[in-house]
Amino acid sequence: MSQLTKDKTGEGFWGNLANSPSTNEFLKGLWKENPVFVQVLGMCPTLAVTNTAMNGLAMGLATTFVLLMSNILVSSLRNVIPKQVRIASYILIIATFVTMTDYAIQAISVDLSKALGAFISLIVVNCLILGRAEAFASKNTVGKSMLDALGMGFGFVIGLLSLGAVREILGNGSIFGIPVFPASFQEWVIMILPPGGFFTLAMWLMFFNHRKQKKAAL
Amino acid sequence: MNQESLFAIFINASLINNFVLAYFLGICPFLGVSGKMETATKMGAAVTFVMIISSVCAYGLHALLVSIDAIYLQLISYIVVIAATVQLVEMFIKKMSPALFRALGIFLPLITTNCAILGLALFQTNKGYGLAQSVVYALGAGIGFTLALVLMAGLREKLNFAETPNLVKGTALTLLIAGILSLAFMGFAGLGSN
Repeated sequence: MSQLTKDKTGEGFWGNLANSPSTNEFLKGLWKENPVFVQVLGMCPTLAVTNTAMNGLAMGLATTFVLLMSNILVSSLRNVIPKQVRIASYILIIATFVTMTDYAIQAISVDLSKALGAFISLIVVNCLILGRAEAFASKNTVGKSMLDALGMGFGFVIGLLSLGAVREILGNGSIFGIPVFPASFQEWVIMILPPGGFFTLAMWLMFFNHRKQKKAAL
Repeated sequence: MNQESLFAIFINASLINNFVLAYFLGICPFLGVSGKMETATKMGAAVTFVMIISSVCAYGLHALLVSIDAIYLQLISYIVVIAATVQLVEMFIKKMSPALFRALGIFLPLITTNCAILGLALFQTNKGYGLAQSVVYALGAGIGFTLALVLMAGLREKLNFAETPNLVKGTALTLLIAGILSLAFMGFAGLGSN
């Protein structure tokens, strides 16, 4: 609370909250530095598994878990790991948690594990996770790294969900498996096929470009 | 053991199920180094080389892990082998051609985190390919990756002289082109399934 009261710009509760350093670590990943739309990181799983909203959500949560655990471990070991071998150590840490996640998902839901396939294992090479370990967790305290991981993770979930939702609604006429269009709706099958992934992400990026340009023009 | 013929595996990996345009593997270098034709071809060659080496290593490792009943170490051991191979290639290129080393920049060490290579190792294990099949699969995947990268670089070099609307400048435009290329590659579906 002391951080909240220190700020005397008088922008009200939310203004203060957004300006306090620790909440900022969390909020920046959600919107301002969103991994999918702003940083364009971790594209492989983003495009590959988002043919339905459910797959996107599951992939996002799995990635968030790995990101959180690896950020915690990396930041608590940041004074122990020698600088020369840090990337290799980070990758080993990440690979360990990904293996755990992979087996956990196989135990929880065989269908989901089949739908996501090798892409769960491929979380290891998601640039987002290694990027956060190197750019943030290796320099900050455990608490801050946790907030950073949660923010970035949820930002990633938002990105995957918004891609998955658009693709499922247009390509399958449903969301989370529930039909949203009358039966006469002709599905755009292309949207759930690979090209649809590229097109949907391009559309979202154009939307964000448009917003940025509008803001700059004001 | 999988009984697919070598030729079918090659066509499948390079065209029908192109790693970049159908599996979305290796999108980061695909978006990052596809600006110039020359860098694109060399990047493609480097990735193909790493793919072949790590595919052979992954085949041996898998046999070893099965024999000592430690299959849960698969992911960790694969990634270590890939990281070591990339380090080797990096040292080699730095020595042989410093200019190329600078041109590839950060994307050279990032081959380690190129999903296409780990993806290849995992897919070949899942499909149960033998040694010869694995090598051909890696070669096909590498050539497919290079093909996609070179096509994209050619298109982007031309686009530098085109007038594009401000709205699509940057990554959005590259993704739109990738989508159209991916549509074109869907035309290969059915090839080889006699």
